[in-house]
Amino acid sequence: MIEAHGLVKRYGSTVAVNDLSFSIRPGMVTGFLGPNGAGKTTTMRMILGLDAPAQGSVTVGGRSYRDLPAPMREVGALLDAKALQGGRRARDHLLCLARSNGIPRRRVDEVLRIVGLEGVARRRAKGFSLGMGQRLGIASALLGDPAVLIFDEPVNGLDPDGIHWVRTLMRALAAEGRTVLVSSHLMSEMALTADHLLVIGKGRLIADTSMDEFVRSSSQQSVHVRSPGAAELAVLCREAGATVRAGSTSRAAAAPVAGPDPGTAPDVIEITGMDSAGVGNLAAAHGIALSELIPVRASLEEAFMELTRESVEYQAAGAPR
Amino acid sequence: MTDAMIARTGPDHRAAFRASTFGDVLWSEWVKLRSVRSTFWALTVTVVLGIALGAVISAATADAYARFSVGAKLSWDPTGVSQSGVAIAQVAIAVLGVLFISSEYSSGMIRTSLIAVPKRGRVLAAKSLVFAGVTFVVGEVVCFLAFFVGQALISGHAPHAALGDPGVVRAVAGGGLYLTALAVLSVAAGAVLRHPAAAIAAMMAVLFVLPLIAQALPDSWRHPVTEFWPTQAGGQLTNVYHSAHTLQPWPGFGVMCVFVAIVYAIAWTLLDRRDA
Repeated sequence: MIEAHGLVKRYGSTVAVNDLSFSIRPGMVTGFLGPNGAGKTTTMRMILGLDAPAQGSVTVGGRSYRDLPAPMREVGALLDAKALQGGRRARDHLLCLARSNGIPRRRVDEVLRIVGLEGVARRRAKGFSLGMGQRLGIASALLGDPAVLIFDEPVNGLDPDGIHWVRTLMRALAAEGRTVLVSSHLMSEMALTADHLLVIGKGRLIADTSMDEFVRSSSQQSVHVRSPGAAELAVLCREAGATVRAGSTSRAAAAPVAGPDPGTAPDVIEITGMDSAGVGNLAAAHGIALSELIPVRASLEEAFMELTRESVEYQAAGAPR
Repeated sequence: MTDAMIARTGPDHRAAFRASTFGDVLWSEWVKLRSVRSTFWALTVTVVLGIALGAVISAATADAYARFSVGAKLSWDPTGVSQSGVAIAQVAIAVLGVLFISSEYSSGMIRTSLIAVPKRGRVLAAKSLVFAGVTFVVGEVVCFLAFFVGQALISGHAPHAALGDPGVVRAVAGGGLYLTALAVLSVAAGAVLRHPAAAIAAMMAVLFVLPLIAQALPDSWRHPVTEFWPTQAGGQLTNVYHSAHTLQPWPGFGVMCVFVAIVYAIAWTLLDRRDA
């Protein structure tokens, strides 16, 4: 259980995290999602006591991280797989961490076996690939057999096999009743791993929702219609309770009807809240000719981008908004 | 692979674990120190240079003793001469001490360390204590060996010292104590400055550059500087002959220890307050 109340973190004049409150429950994988620079890592650093919040507080199991009597036994964390000294053998790296929390030596060999690094235990970490480094980082998080696990972008640099392995591991850890917090900037990755979603953008909480709910609300179907009588059909659909937006040939640039979006075509509309059969019947009943009638399903990735569109920190010049 | 048991005990039986102690952190820092190659090399350099340089200087000055002026013969300090290697050995200790903590910053390991031990004062204390302990053992071995080798080379050419002579045991053992205080200073300096290059440069300035600049000053400035400059003052512990404008051995070492304590306190405060 991780609980944050009104967390604020500033770096100079930049507000990295702004009034963030959440509670992360055990027994499930919570995906911490947001674009680059949204404040995910900063938030995790505050949970782990590396950064002090300017305001607010965060506790793990009811206690501030610095007050935990045996931190590694309660929280396992992987922030940065490169946060180790390359001159040290993998096994010694884990051993010095184990010793600091009174964890017996045999557990070191155990976690090396779990992450599949027992064969390179005596190799110095600087010769490790990014994927092996990631596995070593995960091994250190598992050392204390903790009830809470925090992983920052754990699949970075992993091959498909490694990604699958991490995904399965997260699910297994959550299934054992542990609290698992995993950050990512990839919705597609979270869709396969997380039960619950915490979405942040520009340091603010945008959504705190179960994965199922997010999928349900975002995979809402819409209907793309091209018709010479689009304006008339729009009025009829609104009367029938549906939502109508001006459409365009490229579906991504959906804007309100009134918007002066140059990309909108006057004869194209997007209708939500009514299926394609409903729209077709309505058009037929009023003698409106349809030249296109296409049911459209938004992907999770698009739903996520739509959600965080306003809060993307670094945006390519001329990117469609 | 994921079929392997992740839990050692299973989540429901996890309740009983003991709190992490300062002893655990000490042990952890010991593993860190012994598991990188730079430790072995730096300590080898300390031992070899400390003994070899002491031997060379002892042999050379003893050989020249016959041609010394009366004044030089009066201030002849065979113990201090045999400890000359400490001046070079201290470089290896200073560099190793600085790197012991600053390389954690340059590699990012410090974040992993502070997540494992969030009570940061413990990390600094354990690092300082482990490195001071290792330095003390190595330092005493170097100083006593250098003394015996040096006296053997001096005898026959010039008056030599024996451990039973007044002040000699204090001077020889003092070499190890001086290196030990320097070890703590180096770790603290590394923690304050965090960048290895900056911290090593600062230590070299304290050890060599500033005392050298003082030599160029007029006597009225030079004498108080050489008297109270921490490493100069602490170094008095390794001499038997007491030269003018220097502190007595123990007060001199006291001045050094106060300086080390001040730097350590700054390191502790910064480590505790700064974001890692």
